[in-house]
Amino acid sequence: MTTAFVPLDTAAVAAGADAVAAAVADTGAAMVRNGSRGMCWAEPTMEVEHDGARLAFGNVAATDVPGIVQQQERHAKCLGEVSEIDYLHRQTRAVFDRAGTSHPLELPKTTVLEECLERDAGSLIAEIETSGLRGRGGAGFPAHIKWRTVFDTPGEQKYIVCNADEGDSGTFADRILMEGDPYRLIEGMTIAGLATGATKGYVYLRSEYPIAADIFQAALGNAYADDLLGTDILGSGKAFDVELFIGAGAYICGEETSLLESLEGKRGEIRVKPPVPAISGLFGAPTLVHNVISFAAVPAIMKHSGAWYADMGVGRSTGTMAFQLAGNVQRGGLIEVPFGITIDEIVNGFGGGTRSGRPIRTVQIGGPLGAYLSHDEFDTPLTYEAIAELGAGIGHGGIVVFDDTVDLARQAHYAFEFCEVESCGKCMPCRLGSVRGKETMSGIIEGRDVEQKLTIIEDLCEVMETASLCQMGGMTPIPVMSAIKRFPEDFRR
Amino acid sequence: MVEIESKSDASAREIAAQHRDRVGGVLIALRQIVRRFGYVSRTQEHDVAEVFNLSRAEVRGIVSFYHDLKTKPQPSVQVRVCQAEACQSVGARELTKRVETHLGVKLGEATDAVSLDAVYCLGLCAQAPSMMINGRPLARADLCDLAEQIPA
Repeated sequence: MTTAFVPLDTAAVAAGADAVAAAVADTGAAMVRNGSRGMCWAEPTMEVEHDGARLAFGNVAATDVPGIVQQQERHAKCLGEVSEIDYLHRQTRAVFDRAGTSHPLELPKTTVLEECLERDAGSLIAEIETSGLRGRGGAGFPAHIKWRTVFDTPGEQKYIVCNADEGDSGTFADRILMEGDPYRLIEGMTIAGLATGATKGYVYLRSEYPIAADIFQAALGNAYADDLLGTDILGSGKAFDVELFIGAGAYICGEETSLLESLEGKRGEIRVKPPVPAISGLFGAPTLVHNVISFAAVPAIMKHSGAWYADMGVGRSTGTMAFQLAGNVQRGGLIEVPFGITIDEIVNGFGGGTRSGRPIRTVQIGGPLGAYLSHDEFDTPLTYEAIAELGAGIGHGGIVVFDDTVDLARQAHYAFEFCEVESCGKCMPCRLGSVRGKETMSGIIEGRDVEQKLTIIEDLCEVMETASLCQMGGMTPIPVMSAIKRFPEDFRR
Repeated sequence: MVEIESKSDASAREIAAQHRDRVGGVLIALRQIVRRFGYVSRTQEHDVAEVFNLSRAEVRGIVSFYHDLKTKPQPSVQVRVCQAEACQSVGARELTKRVETHLGVKLGEATDAVSLDAVYCLGLCAQAPSMMINGRPLARADLCDLAEQIPA
């Protein structure tokens, strides 16, 4: 029996997977539309399973399909046996182990939920504490503190909110998880509900991910039908509901308080913290807000143990991180590895250098609010602590590569421009600082009074960093100042 | 185009009423209205406000906040080109210029036939540059892909 696999994930579809699937259907072969394994550089991929072996093919065109079916491993686009592909083989898939293996809506054979339903809240929270899991959305805050706070805070109705508003450029891990293994997220949120006493969950997904929305909505339907959600989960008498909520196009709604405002149906203006959402979140109730990958890590932790998870990584950066390699790079994609891998190993080891073939000049780590780093920092291990020492942050794990044609003054200009477009407008440093920063940076690019303007930029960045209400305004100075510090020649011509 | 204001739009009211008791119902209703009509008219804003017992200003505030909640009729062809960093690193700025020339419209503008908008990340950052044509994502996009679907 031969089965062909053609992904239905956005990265594959956007590269032409639907045409490949149609060609496979024409051959009459059995076909599964699977999720993505995260080898975005090879999309559309195709896999052929025959006699227990599973071969992968990359950058498949519809016209390749008859040849692939006939020639199998002798075909020029064969990447080899899936389990032996270097790019995947070198990863540690704790969270993304199921993604890409089968149809995303195929219910997994086993669920860790059963045993979690029998455990008390205290032991679930203790497991998270042992694991050392920190929030994967960007801030890296210890997860168990949030869990315990929600548990300890009295409230008739508590909430679990999943932040799937993945707006950072260079990131797509949330999307791949939701399109490839949606039940993992549902499981993770449900366990969080059991541990904190919350019975209602919301997934706030950005509108730019329509395929993820369709898959996740269908997965919710299946989960309810299979009693993985609802008023009596797997006959335990315990209840948990999850609802999908689609955003309406606003980067700022990735900020947790802005997200909560939006989920309440309002303008996505940020709230002043404190109080933190764990104490006063959705409708003022105790609310656990985590990113998709944080929740998705929970089932693996419960299945293997917190100690198993904590054994991976370095120091206080425990476990695995789903890095996302993007931009001007040969082999960009999802790379789940324990913390501690160096930037160089990701960018050159996995990525194979730039797609343009020119030398790498800089990488931006952590999305549009992340720092531009220089080549001599590439030996830095990717841990929360080591990256913080560079004045940067890992953020949501996005790494964007630029070759030597990049103009860092234009990138700094863009950082302000993006802030101007996406600022919620609530506080002045962000609302006005972004506009003033953009104008000033334009002057620098034109070579007018550069030294004076650089001083203005520095002052402005200090105000934005210290006086903004949230990280949008507070961190916009990071790409700007990191670029000025490391690449001064781009600003003084 | 002058919008002819009727007093009330029954279908907008119906959509709003359907979502009245849901968490985030106002936003869900406004999204549905845009999905059905392409935009939210002044009349519809008024209808939504009444159904949710909000002031018209509050609903206007919500509509004006979100990029997706358009307030004008949209052309049948809608092109969005990603402007974010990963796409910039492989020529999104140059691609945008070529798309502007091809469509005869500037970024952020629209004709009766086509609109061209910026989008900040479609999650296709490892296969940049990317764009979206009428809701369909396109990876490693170039002008040929666009020209194939939308002749000049």
